[in-house]
Amino acid sequence: MKTTTFKVWQGNSDGGELKTYEVEVDQGYVVLDAIHRIQAEQANDLAVRWNCKAGKCGSCSAEVNGSPKLMCMTRIDELPADKPITVEPMRTFPVVKDLVTDVSWNYEVKASIKRFSPKTADHEDGSWDMDQYDVERPQEFRKCIECFLCQDVCHVLRDHQLHDRFAGPRHYVYVANMEMNPIDTGDRVAELREELGIGYCNITKCCTKVCPEGITITDNAIIPLKERVVDQSYDPLARLIKLVKGSGD
Amino acid sequence: MTQHQVLEYDVVVIGAGGAGLRAAIEAAAKGASVGLICKSLLGKAHTVMAEGGVAAALANVDDRDSWKVHFADTMRGGHYLNAWRMAELHAQEAPERVRELEGWGAIMDRTPDGLINQRNFGGHAYPRLAHVGDRTGLEMIRTLQDHGIHEGIDVHMEVTVSKLLMDGGRCAGALAYDRERGRFKAFKAKAVVMATGGIGRAFLVTSNSWEYTGDGHALAYHVGAELVDMEFVQFHPTGMVWPPSVRGILVTEGVRGEGGILKNSEGRRFMFEDIPPLYKESTADTPEEGWRYVVGDREARRPPELLTRDHVARKIVKEVQEGRGSPHGGAFLDIAWIKEHIKDSEDHIKKKLPSMYHQFKELAGIDITKEPMEVGPTTHYAMGGIRVDPDSQMSTTVPGLFAAGECAAGLHGANRLGGNSLSDLLVFGKRAGEYAAEFAAGNTPVHLQDEQIDLAVQEALSPLERDPGADVGPYRLQYELQHLMQDKAGIAREEGGLTEALNELQELKTRAQAMGAGGSREYNPGWHTTLDLQSLLTVAEAVVMASQARKESRGAHSRLDYLDKDPEWGTVNLVLKKGHDGEMELRREVIPEIPEELQKIIEEQG
Ligand SMILES: Cc1cc2nc3c(=O)[nH]c(=O)nc-3n(C[C@H](O)[C@H](O)[C@H](O)COP(=O)(O)OP(=O)(O)OC[C@H]3O[C@@H](n4cnc5c(N)ncnc54)[C@H](O)[C@@H]3O)c2cc1C
Ligand code: SF4
Ligand code: SF4
Ligand code: FES
Repeated sequence: MKTTTFKVWQGNSDGGELKTYEVEVDQGYVVLDAIHRIQAEQANDLAVRWNCKAGKCGSCSAEVNGSPKLMCMTRIDELPADKPITVEPMRTFPVVKDLVTDVSWNYEVKASIKRFSPKTADHEDGSWDMDQYDVERPQEFRKCIECFLCQDVCHVLRDHQLHDRFAGPRHYVYVANMEMNPIDTGDRVAELREELGIGYCNITKCCTKVCPEGITITDNAIIPLKERVVDQSYDPLARLIKLVKGSGD
Repeated sequence: MTQHQVLEYDVVVIGAGGAGLRAAIEAAAKGASVGLICKSLLGKAHTVMAEGGVAAALANVDDRDSWKVHFADTMRGGHYLNAWRMAELHAQEAPERVRELEGWGAIMDRTPDGLINQRNFGGHAYPRLAHVGDRTGLEMIRTLQDHGIHEGIDVHMEVTVSKLLMDGGRCAGALAYDRERGRFKAFKAKAVVMATGGIGRAFLVTSNSWEYTGDGHALAYHVGAELVDMEFVQFHPTGMVWPPSVRGILVTEGVRGEGGILKNSEGRRFMFEDIPPLYKESTADTPEEGWRYVVGDREARRPPELLTRDHVARKIVKEVQEGRGSPHGGAFLDIAWIKEHIKDSEDHIKKKLPSMYHQFKELAGIDITKEPMEVGPTTHYAMGGIRVDPDSQMSTTVPGLFAAGECAAGLHGANRLGGNSLSDLLVFGKRAGEYAAEFAAGNTPVHLQDEQIDLAVQEALSPLERDPGADVGPYRLQYELQHLMQDKAGIAREEGGLTEALNELQELKTRAQAMGAGGSREYNPGWHTTLDLQSLLTVAEAVVMASQARKESRGAHSRLDYLDKDPEWGTVNLVLKKGHDGEMELRREVIPEIPEELQKIIEEQG
């Protein structure tokens, strides 16, 4: 067991500061273990979200040494040992307290997006035939654990604060999952262009780099959606074909 | 009078895992106004962690499957202590509940014909678990969440219920506080559905999250609901054992379903030894036959790694105790060996078990496509819970209070089969929502009493008014409780230890009631833990009392001093209820006789 120095941001919407803690670190410790130890031994009221401690729920997002990470999947022995480890809340969302931020905006955006609407079932028992090959892509998007790290890192939200007109990479992944579901009949292209503001994305790929689920957000979700938007906006023929096809099968 | 906001609904659902979400969706569909309350953010409940799959006799992979076989498997797995009516409804309704998820946006893995694929799991006669790789729970909760947000349900996230409110003998709502600011909310409701999940945090080594403090069990118990089967706590055979920081994290049974085998330090496949008589006929004789089963040979029988969880967990403990364990006190679970049979085994494993691959790679530095994992038992699931009517899911003693999912009891008896929880959530979540809405429509409005609310608020605030420095603090106290339960009420129990546990629990209770929490009402986990401790202590007492009373070993309950099953106990459930003097009372209740046609199904299925 060795001692490591942590600097943890503590405060609330009125402001806060980095507080220094010396923590005994066990073998295999992840950052969340250290935070729990601080909570148990030195600061009982330190606020942090977590649930699964196995990278499955997307609750424990924070900025570790300045990069967006899941605290439960960030091993301490993989961070530079010669300087203190800083842990701060996600910067793109308002702070509630300490490491906990107000992510409710994400839930509001999602609820505003046109819902999934399936075509009539293929079989009497209410089931559909889908080929594994055809569902690989939407299944990639459905791996999303809603950690919002991609939202945190995207400059449109982080630096430009365009929360009122840009839905963010998480929600393009969400839309792509429905658009590419073989049994969905919804059309969300106009919405993508208008309310969801996909045009603000300039394909920097920062979101893809931080996604803990390894979802290829930019190449597989955003770019194909942008192509659909372009097709529909500037190519009336493509739009017509899509309409006919969409209702035909 | 205290300050609190009053919110009124026909139906309030407490808990937004699979069971709560499914209940809320159904209640809303039946026209009820619905409030849904959860301790965490929406979509983060325990259900998100489920890996292996959801059991339903769709018969897509093996057409010999049917609800009857699923029913018989569930009863056998539960050592016949199950509420047979629940097992019947569950097996009959699960297929439809799973199929409807795809109409709400779920996409399960497919068979070559484009149907929902199904995999093998312990105790299920045929490949029965619909799944998406090893992230089935995520698929399920996200589907229900994304559907539910368009159904007119009011969601109250990061709000914790601390008391149920009563109007005479009838449940009338709940008092809760928000985590963000510690503001109180009184929910007034004609019907309440409890869907709070399990109790795993009462033990030291567990696959469960901080939320699993048995709140629903305790809240219901304190207003007069009966608890049943509390001695049956499932220890999943395969949790991670190394490094220490990940101890307890689950390794899905899907690893064994895909062909993973268990070995001891001598390299022996010890599961081939001591096969229980109930399963002798249906278990493979040789590794070769076992592998044929894994790849779908209909003539082959199951490999012994796929025996029920109680048995596999005990076998691992035995190997460790007899000195044949792995370096960190577990057994070896090997999936890499399938390279002997499959050409692209590395890709195959990554495709079928992506999150296991990731979890071991990131957290333990182990590549499961090349090396074996070290695994050992971890506290996983509570078979016991709120006793309900099998059809409506209403509490047997508190009108207006319903329960579904892990916090309710009956379906699983003495041991739950893998995959039968996710299907439980769907089938009985729907039923609870439906009957709660019906109850709300058919009954008069309720009245909330200010004195009750004031008292509950004061109780919740009291830790903040006490000296936080007087004892070891809430986390350490919880740790002491976990230690106690792990040592004395864990996977192997005996009279002396259980008696000690009961006494020590009384002492912990006294200390918990005097526990102070420092800090303010604003997002203060120390304060929240102090309150959660009260629930944990109630469920711990229930587990210990029932374990002490059941003087036999059956399913998940193992007594070192009563090693065998006792037929006399084979027809009895243990029921716990709060007595008039506030003490926990226990009684035996004989299970109602099973109808002839169901008995026939059990016999036919061997
Ligand atoms: C790692 C893991 C893997 C698993 N894999 C499988 C599998 O493959 N197949 C299978 O069938 N089962 C599996 N299980 C079991 C299964 O996941 C759970 O039993 C099931 O998800 C429980 O669902 P639930 O709806 O009852 O509760 P949960 O999903 O746990 O939801 C409980 C809800 O109640 C809320 N809550 C609790 N207390 C309060 C309170 N006081 N106030 C307000 N809200 C409260 C929580 O916030 C949460 O929203 C697994 C379990 C684990 C831990
Ligand atoms: S690729 Fe687009 S969405 Fe992703 S971070 Fe860059 S600008 Fe944001
Ligand atoms: S897309 Fe990836 S980074 Fe974004 S919320 Fe989902 S899991 Fe997190
Ligand atoms: S705690 Fe669930 S992702 Fe970290």
